[in-house]
Amino acid sequence: MKITIADVDHVAMLARLRFDEDEKAGMAEQLSRIVEYVEKLNELDTGDVSPMAHAVPLRNVLRDDEVRPSLDPEEALRNAPDREGDFFRVPRILESE
Amino acid sequence: MRLYELTAHELKEKIERREVGVEEAVRALLDRIAEVDEAVRAYVTVAREQALAKARAADERLARGEPARPLEGVPVALKDNMCTRGIETTCSSRILKGFVPPYDATVVELLERAGAIIIGKTNMDEFAMGSSTENSGFFPTRNPWDLGRVPGGSSGGSAAAVAADEAVAALGSDTGGSVRQPAALCGVVGLKPTDGLVSRYGLIAFASSLDQIGPITKDVRDCALMLGVIAGHDPRDSTSVPRKRCDHLKGLVPDVRGMRIGVPKEYFGEGMAPGVRAAVGAALKTLQDMGAILADVSLPHSEYALATYYIVAPAEASSNLARYDGVRYGYRAPGCPDSVTMMTQTRSEGFGAEVKRRIMLGTYTLSAGYYEAYYLKALKVRTLITRDFDRAFEKCDCLVSPTSPTVAFRFGEKMDDPLAMYLSDIYTVTANLAGIPAVSVPCGFGEDGMPVGLQILGRHYDEATVLRVAYAFEQATDFHKAKPVLRDARAGGAAMGGTAARGAAASGDGSGEAGGGPTRKPAGGEADA
Repeated sequence: MKITIADVDHVAMLARLRFDEDEKAGMAEQLSRIVEYVEKLNELDTGDVSPMAHAVPLRNVLRDDEVRPSLDPEEALRNAPDREGDFFRVPRILESE
Repeated sequence: MRLYELTAHELKEKIERREVGVEEAVRALLDRIAEVDEAVRAYVTVAREQALAKARAADERLARGEPARPLEGVPVALKDNMCTRGIETTCSSRILKGFVPPYDATVVELLERAGAIIIGKTNMDEFAMGSSTENSGFFPTRNPWDLGRVPGGSSGGSAAAVAADEAVAALGSDTGGSVRQPAALCGVVGLKPTDGLVSRYGLIAFASSLDQIGPITKDVRDCALMLGVIAGHDPRDSTSVPRKRCDHLKGLVPDVRGMRIGVPKEYFGEGMAPGVRAAVGAALKTLQDMGAILADVSLPHSEYALATYYIVAPAEASSNLARYDGVRYGYRAPGCPDSVTMMTQTRSEGFGAEVKRRIMLGTYTLSAGYYEAYYLKALKVRTLITRDFDRAFEKCDCLVSPTSPTVAFRFGEKMDDPLAMYLSDIYTVTANLAGIPAVSVPCGFGEDGMPVGLQILGRHYDEATVLRVAYAFEQATDFHKAKPVLRDARAGGAAMGGTAARGAAASGDGSGEAGGGPTRKPAGGEADA
């Protein structure tokens, strides 16, 4: 499958990435080559094969619901780019009326 | 022999007998780093003060008469994707520059509990995506055997540090070969354990169904020693498998008589460098001479493994790396008017080219309309690849192959062609897809006298067999004793020019050198050749 500049724009929006025009052309070309390579898998008939999500089959792993110490807020906030009191601070999210 | 040249088991023994102090050992390694790391550039952070403080505490502990622990006083390096409380952890990415984790990864706790001293964090391909360490967001690491070549990747810093005697042992992580391939290219031992054997709590996630932490060491005994320390069930990692702890040192017997070793024909086809083929061929003959029974086997879906991997790994990565949004930690692009712009700008400035390429690829294959054609298809082929191994292991105790199709390549050689770089992983990705253990052990020298690795793959949780074969091979040869010769980078600019003087003789064809292998110079001498 050939990946177009429009595909790159759409996927970049989903991935929250931005590219300039030159980068977009390069990305479309490189992704096209990689996708073309991985389409090799279509040579195989996998009609009755079940998918394998993980190498070790594990069922739901549950733990006892007991109170344990957790990360101190001051420690949790130490790496924050911006904060206000005990909160992470971010630029505006909602459009103002 | 200098202190920094010792293996972990040798150093621990000297410390246990009180012939060497822990602080003395740590200082020897720190001095070695100061001497050669300007040329090798294995480390992104050297934890000098923390290491010295812990060393003094260990010495006091021993002075009080407390018994030496399994890794007492052994200076260990960690790939910079394992969280270390109070020590910067970056994944060699600008987006995590300055991040100081508030907790330790489980492997870090286990190493320290066993007496190891963390001396630093090693360079890597950004977020472990790459096969050369050229994708580091900071600088490339150089191969100690030839400073003009890559150390492999993505755990290139850990492998180079061990090869250059800048760490006694190290940990790396292996998602598609990232422990084994750099170990092979740097002439050291590297193990990817079975999925679920080693806790990944505190390992910064790349592709969760494939990532494993594994040791990179100077010999197989050290590999078994390190594995024994880091393996074990961890309730904080829900993919960690509850199993009894076992002593991997006990199984190290230098005897492969009667063992059935499978040679998969698909791993000896086109695309392998002649020097690699010769060294691995000689290694097979060595194993046969030692009494192993070589058996031809077929893993028919091998040719689909790389394509499967390059769907599964980027898909999982695109999901895992969604957490880098500039909100809670790491880099945040300044001056953005709203949060979506801030996140987009932060990610676009913070991630390097290969990481963006893989996020794009993974987002594409998981996006509406393509999920079944790509991701689900790949998961089905993964089942077929795993079945191939199950069948082969019905007839064989383990399988052998080259670790990498070539020796270490030169800087820039594959940077413009992602697919050519991905082909470096062609013999290693299958073990991650199937979740089986695999070790790379030095087996000689190929093109331009660069190291070659022999890969040994085993059944799930059968590290014992894999390590036993590796140990027997190592004891019958002495490739692991060869060391690159590095000059003191501070003494003058000459050593920085590109190629280091080499301790091992080149063996381009390698024919007829089974067993003893090419002539090498013993470690240590000829420092200013």
